[in-house]
Amino acid sequence: MRNFLQVMVDAIALGSLLALVALAIGLVFGVMRLINFAQGDYITIGAYALVVPAASLTPTLLIGALPIPLMVAGVLLVVVMLALATERVAFRPLRDSDPATLLISSFAVSYFLQHMIMLVHTGRPKSIGIGQALTTPIEVLGLRVPGIQVVTMGVTAVLLIALVLFLKRTPMGIQMRAAAENFQMARLLGVPANRVIAMAFVISGLLGGTVSLLLIVQTGTLDIRMGLMPVIFAFFATVIGGMGSLVGAALGGFLVGVSSVLLQSYLPEGLRPFRDAFVFGLVIVILLVRPKGLIVIGAARERV
Amino acid sequence: MHAGKGIAILERVWPVLVLVVPLMAVVVLADLYGSVMFQRTVTDALIKIVLVVGLYIFIGNSGIVSFGHIGFAGIAAYFATWMTCCAMMKPITMTGLPDFLRLETYSLWSTALVSVAIAGVAALVIGLVLMRLSGLAASISTLAALFIFHAVYANWDSVTMGRASIVGVPTYVTVWVALGGAVLAIAVAWLYQISSYGLATRAARDDEVAAQASGISLYWNRLIAFVLSGMVVGLGGVLMVHFQGTISVNAFYLNLTFITLAMLVVGGMRSLAGAVVGVVVLTSVADVFRRLEAGVDLGAMRLSTPVGTQEMFLAALMLLILVFRKDGLMGRRELRLPRFPGTGQGREAP
Repeated sequence: MRNFLQVMVDAIALGSLLALVALAIGLVFGVMRLINFAQGDYITIGAYALVVPAASLTPTLLIGALPIPLMVAGVLLVVVMLALATERVAFRPLRDSDPATLLISSFAVSYFLQHMIMLVHTGRPKSIGIGQALTTPIEVLGLRVPGIQVVTMGVTAVLLIALVLFLKRTPMGIQMRAAAENFQMARLLGVPANRVIAMAFVISGLLGGTVSLLLIVQTGTLDIRMGLMPVIFAFFATVIGGMGSLVGAALGGFLVGVSSVLLQSYLPEGLRPFRDAFVFGLVIVILLVRPKGLIVIGAARERV
Repeated sequence: MHAGKGIAILERVWPVLVLVVPLMAVVVLADLYGSVMFQRTVTDALIKIVLVVGLYIFIGNSGIVSFGHIGFAGIAAYFATWMTCCAMMKPITMTGLPDFLRLETYSLWSTALVSVAIAGVAALVIGLVLMRLSGLAASISTLAALFIFHAVYANWDSVTMGRASIVGVPTYVTVWVALGGAVLAIAVAWLYQISSYGLATRAARDDEVAAQASGISLYWNRLIAFVLSGMVVGLGGVLMVHFQGTISVNAFYLNLTFITLAMLVVGGMRSLAGAVVGVVVLTSVADVFRRLEAGVDLGAMRLSTPVGTQEMFLAALMLLILVFRKDGLMGRRELRLPRFPGTGQGREAP
């Protein structure tokens, strides 16, 4: 039983992290039908912003050297600016394209950013020690849980509540939901398209920056592909949850995280290395059974 | 009347000839005068043509963007490796292979045929499931299929040696062999395109409802396109592994997917000529950047662009094409036989 609880804690911590990434992807998809693969590179760049660009394997800290509140703000700011820049330069001119074209364009943006990091920071993984105090396990109800997992769950809970309040209570949030429901109609009724879409990217940047910080504390390494796996899993999480539905995105994130950890723990030994294949297989199965995902929103214009 | 018949035939094969003949000319020049480096660049480009034309067969005709086809190239390439590679090491390093692969080595011809067939079978199995979906859902599931391929092959240590490279695959792919592959791929794509199956698939691409109302099965026509393109991409994978002599699972993952897709997008997703033109253009651009990265002498100074600029330029170019010329350099046109004024020139793909 204790073992099972331990596994569940791992599962929920991973699920929280994926839910954050999935929410960012889902939010942007909601307002402009773009599956933003570059979300992974937002995460990577946020993490790299902590250090001075250099070839060294243990680089000097840049934003990472600031006091913690400033460091957090700095990373978030960098990622938000980056998200806004990609929206302005790459995605805005393509706004009327079909989702498949947008998906290709986000691949291009991602490829661009990845090689930009390689150009500035070189391609080798680097180690970085930030917030290591958080990795020591703490005792919760007889379970030994790494502090960072508790932080991850807490941060996710707070952000989820904040996001819900924002979407339900503020004028901007309501406009965003209207735009996600029916973009054309919302525009006709006076919702400013550019502002709503920019806002979606701001939030996706905030979520991305948060994930970079959580990831970097967890792993202590910088790698130009560090954002790739989270974004792939989160991407499929939004698909499973139902594209365009935020509840679905969060739910999908948790589902993918939990099923991934459970498969890791309970698959027969020989099959464990193929865990990811089972998770991706699950995506195809869900798309076949429910092409629109688990939670279908009214505005699912395309069969997804 | 004879002249008219001749012209009619010429008209049918012209779009293939106009692509193949310049390629042949380049190959002849490369073979006679080119440096080893240039020959390798040309060979690599010809193999990319096989891959991109393979992609085009499905993407261009069905209108569904597939992110998963490089997986079929990987499947075929690994099978070719198992059949031909390193007779001494294989029994020790790849213990999980069945005896007929672990202990035997096969001739290159039969290897190519069998590997392409294996890619076709894989495409058939995956297509049987995925072709029920359409639009974005189909694209997403092809991406999931690529990840499944990668997760399986990267971890199936007993037959693929995990993420490590397998070395010692026989290299027989010269510039002429690659040319043969490219010509074959282009011919297959063209024959498919002018066949009734190709026509039906494109009809479904342009208007699903009207096509279905005319009695066209979306599912079966797309499945045929998917399997055929899986096989051609598989051929590309076989050529690739027998050109490079090594194979690793990361060679058949997101980077190659992105580059081949970029070539198709730049050339024009809905034109066979576009697939070829895209490869030629992007290979030339990449070659220029490779030289720049190596450094250019300007008097006393030696200028070189940092590593990574080539990829950034490629991505930027692709975005520009998507924004300003969505149908790529070729638009939706094929290179047709010039006609007398006022007839048929520059019309839509057949």
